[in-house]
Amino acid sequence: MRSLLNLRLEARQRVPLAMALASPFVAVAFTLLVCAGLIIWAGAPVARAYALLFESAFGSRFAIGETLTRATPLILTGLSCAVAFRAHFYNIGAEGQLYFGALAAVAVGGSAIALPAPILFPLMIAAGMAAGALLLVVPALAKTRLGVDEVVTTLLLNFVALLFVSMMLDGPMKDSTAMGWPQSVPIRPELEFGKLLERSRVHVGLIFAVVLAIALWVVNVRTTFGYEMRAVGANARAARFAGIPVDKVMLKTALLSGALAGLAGVGEVAGRAGYLTLDMSPGYGYSGIVIAMLAGLNPLGVVLAALFVAGLIVGADSMSRAVGVPTFLADVIVAVSLLSMLVATMLARYRVRWS
Amino acid sequence: MPPPVLRLSGITKRFGALVANDAISLDLASGEVLALLGENGAGKSTLVNILFGHYVADGGSIEVFGKPLPPGDPASALAAGIGMVHQHFTLGDNLSVLDNVLLGTEKLWQPFSRRREARARLAQISRQFGLAIDPNARIAELSVGERQRVEILKALYRGARILILDEPTAVLTPQESEALFATLKTLVTDGLSIIFISHKLDEVLAASQRIAVLRQGKLVAIRDPGGTSKAELAELMVGRRVDAPVRTPAHRIAAPEVLLSVQELAAGGKLTRASFVVRRGEIFGIAGVSGNGQAQLADALCGLLPPAHGEIRVAGEPISPDPHAFVHARVGRVPEDRGSVGIIGDLAIWENAISERYREPRFAHAGWLQLQAAKAQAQQIVERFDVRCSGLDAPAKSMSGGNIQKLILGRALANDPQILIANQPTWGLDVGAVSYVHGELLAARERGAAIVLISEDLDELFANADRIAVMFHGVLSDARDDWTVGQIGLAMAGAAQSSHAQSA
Repeated sequence: MRSLLNLRLEARQRVPLAMALASPFVAVAFTLLVCAGLIIWAGAPVARAYALLFESAFGSRFAIGETLTRATPLILTGLSCAVAFRAHFYNIGAEGQLYFGALAAVAVGGSAIALPAPILFPLMIAAGMAAGALLLVVPALAKTRLGVDEVVTTLLLNFVALLFVSMMLDGPMKDSTAMGWPQSVPIRPELEFGKLLERSRVHVGLIFAVVLAIALWVVNVRTTFGYEMRAVGANARAARFAGIPVDKVMLKTALLSGALAGLAGVGEVAGRAGYLTLDMSPGYGYSGIVIAMLAGLNPLGVVLAALFVAGLIVGADSMSRAVGVPTFLADVIVAVSLLSMLVATMLARYRVRWS
Repeated sequence: MPPPVLRLSGITKRFGALVANDAISLDLASGEVLALLGENGAGKSTLVNILFGHYVADGGSIEVFGKPLPPGDPASALAAGIGMVHQHFTLGDNLSVLDNVLLGTEKLWQPFSRRREARARLAQISRQFGLAIDPNARIAELSVGERQRVEILKALYRGARILILDEPTAVLTPQESEALFATLKTLVTDGLSIIFISHKLDEVLAASQRIAVLRQGKLVAIRDPGGTSKAELAELMVGRRVDAPVRTPAHRIAAPEVLLSVQELAAGGKLTRASFVVRRGEIFGIAGVSGNGQAQLADALCGLLPPAHGEIRVAGEPISPDPHAFVHARVGRVPEDRGSVGIIGDLAIWENAISERYREPRFAHAGWLQLQAAKAQAQQIVERFDVRCSGLDAPAKSMSGGNIQKLILGRALANDPQILIANQPTWGLDVGAVSYVHGELLAARERGAAIVLISEDLDELFANADRIAVMFHGVLSDARDDWTVGQIGLAMAGAAQSSHAQSA
């Protein structure tokens, strides 16, 4: 057909490896270029703004500690999305699953259950992961049994989950000593995650997250479950024809995805705050989507992408204070980098031709 | 000699490194039926798409009735009198014939549709060219042959003087094809010129006045039907000699043992009744115009579709409707849609080679994939079935259709199946690959497999099947080994069923 813009996309037979590896970096560079325009528009010096951004994210021991602390839940929600997206299960509900995981952690870790800590500790983690997974049971079954779009169900469940948490924090799980703030009772101190660096907030959760990223990468390429997830995601019809139990794989993947997001919630409670509040996550669940996409759904890439996004969140604060650009710039950079990444991925897969 | 109505000069079109059309020059005379013969991927469709303005050529020019045709503009192709009948019809099923013909011919800002004039004109055109059709009939009620007639009327209504038909007989019964060729003759006597695209040698020889053969984007020969033969055309088309595989007579290998038995099977709504048995060393053919329930029968025989009624037995045992159970019972399966059902295009070739068996102990230990065993299996298939690929790690979709089919066939045959279900196994393949697939089917038959061959290509069935049954409206006829083309064509159009009904 004739179009105004005579532009055509032709699929490449094979995406060159170098191109696939380079595309996130090209996307980030392009993003910084676009956002430089916005900084100029805000009347601030670009070079100084970016230097400050980098410095306050990675420039000191304290900065690195903050960035790593932020990156911990982001790696987990990023993995949650990457795992699910790989199997073409679009879980947009990591935010809600994170809160559910956190709630379960508080329910177990803050309760009066008279069990020794070494037993309660794994129970708390398991409860958090189970709670996150639980939130995806209905969307997964609705998708496989009834064909209900999981994007809609998981997205909307975020609000349900958050309201449920809010109810619990104002009701049965409210900390009566918190001067009326909707805040949960704290977990027992001996259940808290240990610190990794002194005089910083970096906690053991980071190790969990990185180990899980490596483990998931191995699962992806070396196990039958990873094979099933990739097959179902790449072509569910063909997978079904070959005898791969598509619905079961979809459900297992969804549960894994929910469990990872739930674990992020456990980490935030046990590693950072010690209790649960309604503003605990500044949208870690949603950022997980961006991180998974930036990483090209590769679990190892998720770690890098999470560091990038965490650095932006941490750095943007100091940058805005020092040169007077609004902090939203961090959100804009994250959003633009997602769009650039999508375009870069497309350009790696297709050749553009003008005729 | 009168000037040509259409002149293509040096048409060249590249897609990346691929030269789809390489300096093709071709004339179409007034009142001529020109056949464009070539394998899949020879560049036939690219050429007509350039002609119709869907693509812009990288080089060369087109003249219609002596005037240059602006490139890349379907509207000016239409205005110049070029009409196209696509292989996949572009009709609105819920609209009437008249509506479909009118669609797109009236101006947007014209407040009322001038239906009375349109109806009169359509009636006049269909009288003139002998294309009888009820203008009020809804498309959904029409047969495939009739729909094609509507497509032709649509082009004529718009004043087409040059008609291009893309694989027009692909969806027709033999009788409908005959009727179409008769129509084409009427059209050219009325002064139209026709290009028709095909890869079927018989019909090209029967219906055209000149045959242009394309191979790998080049125009390699132009022949008169009188001065050539099927063998020569096949060789021109493929570039080398093609020999049909040799077939052992049925009585030498057929054994009485029933391997597959299907009783009163109904599934997926469209398949209402099928009963048949297939014996060891037998190819059981299933003919029919597409959409008569073959797809549902094939899905049921592959374990994808649970029977609504009736049962399937493999070697005497009932089988549960699960692809895994079928693979386990040594049923090899070749699906109709090889690109999107047969393989997982984004996964590597070795991953596709084990997709039906990855859970077997030799490929999986405690949840870990055994990469070495899997790749060895893939390598074996690639070697034994001559799959051409750039490596086992390449994505399966990077292969050509013929090689994809070899991989699927190899996967199905690697474990010496006792039953093989092959649904349209050669659809869209080039002549060389077709003869390869037929050779493998016959070899499996010699090894004692019971084979179900579902095909819309009667030549394929007659050449390979020991017995053939016909699907019509979801009902499978009794199998026969003595069909004539005429009889089977009537059965495909439902005549056998209706005479049955009358006698009952």
